[in-house]
Amino acid sequence: MRALVWHGKKDIRCDTVPDPRIEDPRDAIVKVSSCAICGSDLHLYDGFMMGMERGDILGHECMGEVVEVGPGVDGKLEVGERVVIPFTIACGECEQCQRGHFSVCERSNRNQDIAKKALGHTTAGLFGYTHLTGGYAGGQAEYVRVPFADTTHVKVPSNLSDEQLLFLSDILPTGWQAAVQYDIQPTDTVAIWGAGPVGQMAIRSAILLGAKQVVAIDCVPERLAMAKAGGATTIDFMADSVIERLNELTSGRGPEKCIDAVGMESHVGHTLDTIYDRAKQAVFAETGRPHVLREMFYACRPAGICSVPGVYGGLVDKLPFGLAMNKGLTIRTGQTDVNRWTADLLQRIEEGQIDPTFVITHTVPLGEGPAMYRTFRDKEDGCVKVVLKPSLH
Amino acid sequence: MDYQQKLNRQASAHRLARGMGWFSIALGLVELACARPLARAIGMRGEEPLLRFYGVREIATGIGVLAARDPAPWIWGRVAGDALDIGTLATRLEGSRTANTALALGAVLGATAADVAVARQLAGARHLSKPMVRDDSGRSGFPKPPEQMRGAARGFRPPRDMLRPEDRPPTIH
Repeated sequence: MRALVWHGKKDIRCDTVPDPRIEDPRDAIVKVSSCAICGSDLHLYDGFMMGMERGDILGHECMGEVVEVGPGVDGKLEVGERVVIPFTIACGECEQCQRGHFSVCERSNRNQDIAKKALGHTTAGLFGYTHLTGGYAGGQAEYVRVPFADTTHVKVPSNLSDEQLLFLSDILPTGWQAAVQYDIQPTDTVAIWGAGPVGQMAIRSAILLGAKQVVAIDCVPERLAMAKAGGATTIDFMADSVIERLNELTSGRGPEKCIDAVGMESHVGHTLDTIYDRAKQAVFAETGRPHVLREMFYACRPAGICSVPGVYGGLVDKLPFGLAMNKGLTIRTGQTDVNRWTADLLQRIEEGQIDPTFVITHTVPLGEGPAMYRTFRDKEDGCVKVVLKPSLH
Repeated sequence: MDYQQKLNRQASAHRLARGMGWFSIALGLVELACARPLARAIGMRGEEPLLRFYGVREIATGIGVLAARDPAPWIWGRVAGDALDIGTLATRLEGSRTANTALALGAVLGATAADVAVARQLAGARHLSKPMVRDDSGRSGFPKPPEQMRGAARGFRPPRDMLRPEDRPPTIH
């Protein structure tokens, strides 16, 4: 089959690789009809996440048709069924899964020894996202093996398009969880750093959940326009002072709720700390550029809540934690417990409350994936979200 | 300002940055090759190793400016280096070659001003160099205007583990 394969930093190729096969009784094989490039895939592309190996298949946002199931799937999934695959692999049985904390499933990471050494305890296995999270082959491919398939799937109806459903795999529940986990009140101002795909979903989620005011912070014109279309007030950080504008919009009090939808690769060059971070990152003295965390802690109203769906990979430097402590900030973060939200979100899509297709700017054959990584990374051609179609040539 | 003007502005900013890159390399080579006479001239006799270190820094920054697709961070790096030079020279103003040291300080201040100007122009040009390629103002994702969708999911109850921390009771003892 064809798949997008990681060969090293900034080197992704569409290769022919062996087809996946059932390895465990609870496995299923899914023929991928649509998959997407996620912002967090760019951390792999740029070489900022450790634990990738040459030959790893990328991708953790995919959907398709079940073509084979293992004997342990036990009737919970049938050949021919249409499914979206959550990016977090969940066994459904461990104590964390029973509590709904699917992103920290205790059993799905098959490289638990590495994870425990690096993180203290294991987190869930993820598709196509380093050997620290299991080293599972990803879904930017014609076929994908789904471990724990009886619990790691979302069955979806046939009357909706792939484009309407695909983002149930990651960015829609990620944006939703980012908004849900700070318990929005009708009086809240929500500030969202980053108007990329997750930021866009977080904006819509905050609006649906009833925030009084949503403010989106970015510098890319298309993304700011899209944020505005979703109901956000926008701040272009290249043109305005973020802190001054947020204070103006909140009568000097600061936003009650803040979201970092940027993560470890924040924009470089507009402030001195970002240059400092980039220099340290270049010599592996830190793994992330936490400019947004610094600004968010500073901007947030005392006793406010900071939500961090943006991905960080390890160490960050000069984080003003004393500021967070003295202001009494609550910090909520984590990978997304996808299955916790998908039933509710699927219903909202079916009812037409939200149509996630708004975020798609590019749909291309799988073979054009390597070029689209670069386009997406450089935000060229107004690129916000790329959908790949393995069936197209 | 039309797109062509924006492109011209961007090209001009990059030309200036390249100039600063070559200047940086030239200055670094002088500091490396002529550390002794230079140190004598500006009242830093005995501190030749420090001058050579600064020379290496200038050369590295210059190469960074010339090699990077986006030279802005490297120009800001030059500004940081200028600050170091200013600090170093300022502490030598009491020495034996006060006039020469003051002259060097003035030159560095001038270079700093030029660096800041180029960095700002680059930032402006970079911002301008991204014209909107597509109008996304209709991509709301909602069936109705956002104002009418505000609170449509208000009935959703977050799980207990995600409820906000309770406000403290309004009593002060």
